[in-house]
Amino acid sequence: MKQTISVLVENRAGALNKITGLFSKRAFNIDSLAVGVTDDPTLSRITIIVDSGNSVVEQVEKQLNKLVDVVKVRTLSEHSMIGRELMLIKVSATTTTRPDIMTICNVCGAKVLDITPSTVTIEIVNTPDLIRSFEEMMRPYGIMETARTGMVALQRGANKI
Amino acid sequence: MPNMTGSQIFVQSLINEGVDQVFGYAGATICSLMDEMKLASDRINYTLVRQEQNAGHMASGYARITGKTGVCMVTSGPGATNLITGIATAYLDSIPMVAVTGQVPTYLLGRDIFQEVDIIGAVTPFIKHTYLVRDAAMIPQIVKEAFYIASTGRPGPVLIDFPQNIQAQEVKDPVFPESVHIRGYNPSIKGNTKQLSHVVRAISEAKRPVICAGGGVFLAHAEEELKEFAHRMQIPVVTTMMGLSLLDTDDPLNMGMIGKFGNRSANKAMVKADLMIMIGMRVADRAIMEPAEVKKRLTTIHIDVDSAEIGKNMEANIPLVGNAKLILEQLMEKCEPYDTSEWREFLKDYRETELTRDFPEHPGVSPQRFMRALGRQLKEGAVVCADVGQNQIWACQHLFMHGIRFMTSGGLGTMGYSIPAAIGAKIADPGRQSVVINGDGSFQMSMNELAAIRAGQLDVKIVIIRNHVLGLVHQSQVLPPYHGSYGVELDGDPDLHVLISAYGIKSMALHDESDMEDKIREFLNTDGAAVLIVDVDAMCATTE
Ligand SMILES: Cc1ncc(C[n+]2csc(CCOP(=O)(O)OP(=O)(O)O)c2C)c(N)n1
Ligand SMILES: [Mg+2]
Repeated sequence: MKQTISVLVENRAGALNKITGLFSKRAFNIDSLAVGVTDDPTLSRITIIVDSGNSVVEQVEKQLNKLVDVVKVRTLSEHSMIGRELMLIKVSATTTTRPDIMTICNVCGAKVLDITPSTVTIEIVNTPDLIRSFEEMMRPYGIMETARTGMVALQRGANKI
Repeated sequence: MPNMTGSQIFVQSLINEGVDQVFGYAGATICSLMDEMKLASDRINYTLVRQEQNAGHMASGYARITGKTGVCMVTSGPGATNLITGIATAYLDSIPMVAVTGQVPTYLLGRDIFQEVDIIGAVTPFIKHTYLVRDAAMIPQIVKEAFYIASTGRPGPVLIDFPQNIQAQEVKDPVFPESVHIRGYNPSIKGNTKQLSHVVRAISEAKRPVICAGGGVFLAHAEEELKEFAHRMQIPVVTTMMGLSLLDTDDPLNMGMIGKFGNRSANKAMVKADLMIMIGMRVADRAIMEPAEVKKRLTTIHIDVDSAEIGKNMEANIPLVGNAKLILEQLMEKCEPYDTSEWREFLKDYRETELTRDFPEHPGVSPQRFMRALGRQLKEGAVVCADVGQNQIWACQHLFMHGIRFMTSGGLGTMGYSIPAAIGAKIADPGRQSVVINGDGSFQMSMNELAAIRAGQLDVKIVIIRNHVLGLVHQSQVLPPYHGSYGVELDGDPDLHVLISAYGIKSMALHDESDMEDKIREFLNTDGAAVLIVDVDAMCATTE
């Protein structure tokens, strides 16, 4: 099961290394990881998605909590959070296929950032699942390259970790 | 206040933390720091080890006896990498330790210059916390935090990597804080009241309760509370390897050590119990071989200061996070003593059999009978450090322990631990008898520290169980599915008597049991350090 862990850590050298080390020690694969400083410049937020059972995530959460650099940890349930990821995708395009691509982009709320005679580069911001569907829609046109940020997430409503 | 250099601030910070002993090895990147250590030598005693790993082990022995944080100090590069095993050993046994490593100047970091290694990167997986000092003004804060983190909650080692240029950096009016607040670090102390009431109920409902005590009881300084709780409630006690000597061998409640290498009586108690109260232990594989089995058979209460230990290796029915000392005090307030006589009566035979049973005859000395005899002659308050291997297992199973403190490398099983740990213990409390139980293989991993014993004129008594093999490995090699002994014969060993006498230390031999008691007495009564070499047959096994 995919689970989202949100971690607030001290914004200092080495902190990220300690956190990812906890995953590699247990031979867990991280599906996605996004790091960025928060409104408080001394804190960074790390959003991690792992694919594993509840007890495993609970253990990882406890181990993360033990790290001195970790200030707060919370596993976010799917219903209680809003998660977004950004993907840049470069697709082959010809004069015949370009209108179709543009239509799909419109429907999916994706933005075209760059056009050349043979390519279109698109930005899409959505949930990881919808980004994956969009990627599938683009596949027949020829995906040349993609870059994804990893998902960031916050809790719904007034809740914060 | 005049300007102070980073090294001066550092040594002052150590003094402020009450440090009076440092174990170390000098080198290029800590010259400035060592110079300040020299100037402070009337306040802080310095012990030169013969290999940096042993600085870690000595600091560990020192910490375990004083209850204070042990300190070691080594140079960068090879000094730091040599210390790694010392750090890992302390981490696995949750020993409070601050390790200081020299480092190349900050402006050269990452260039692989002479004696640079990323020691923080190397030790991160097995250390409680690390600091790289980037500004000498931060030293008082860093040192204070390091000692606080090392010694509170679940204790453990903390590393301070101290670059050469920061040691020399001058700071005007450095500020030494009185206390620290670390927002990501709030070790839980008192037990949750609701969980506590569940514990009390489970204990009151149990017919065949057993307490399983681990090294965490020592770390929480809860030795007295554990004894008092067990006695007041009349609940039998088993221990892990790290919990050995919490109760005396002849305490009627003590059933011995559990696990793969444990006492039959202790394992029997585990099998027959209906409630296990685990305190300060981590359900490691050697102690609890089949957690799933245990979980199915009996109710478990797991008390530990580290919430991550609870449920890591075994799901507990009633988890309780907190400091063992405080929780035992809380339990003593709430638990009503009850009648456990039938259960104790049932266990009594098993314990008596375990304590009196005899062992198969082999040429030489029976290591099991030797441990019983040695224990009988130890002084009240003695510190016994066992190494790793058969010698350790025999000591755990059969050393008669009465009023002594037993220590070993339980978590990492680091060969060579015993001599440096006993040196640390001796320096910590010179008035206590300090005895090492060693193997002939393990002895050769830290025999260089005979020099530290000689230099410090330390009265450390060393027993070497000489079986001419790496016994514990040999023992499994000679059984299927393996094809027999390989790579474990200690060919090429020196004449140990000659070697030991080269350090000006007295050595004695015990070839058989005819004069065992007298030889032990003579050995223990020797003035100053002495070594007793005990001949044991290579085919003696810990399973006998
Ligand atoms: C540093 C280290 N290397 C290897 C081992 C694996 N090991 C465990 S016990 C043992 C044999 C120890 O031999 P010795 O010190 O002679 O003790 P004995 O078992 O013979 O009593 C070995 C090699 C270890 N625990 N630690
Ligand atoms: Mg041996």
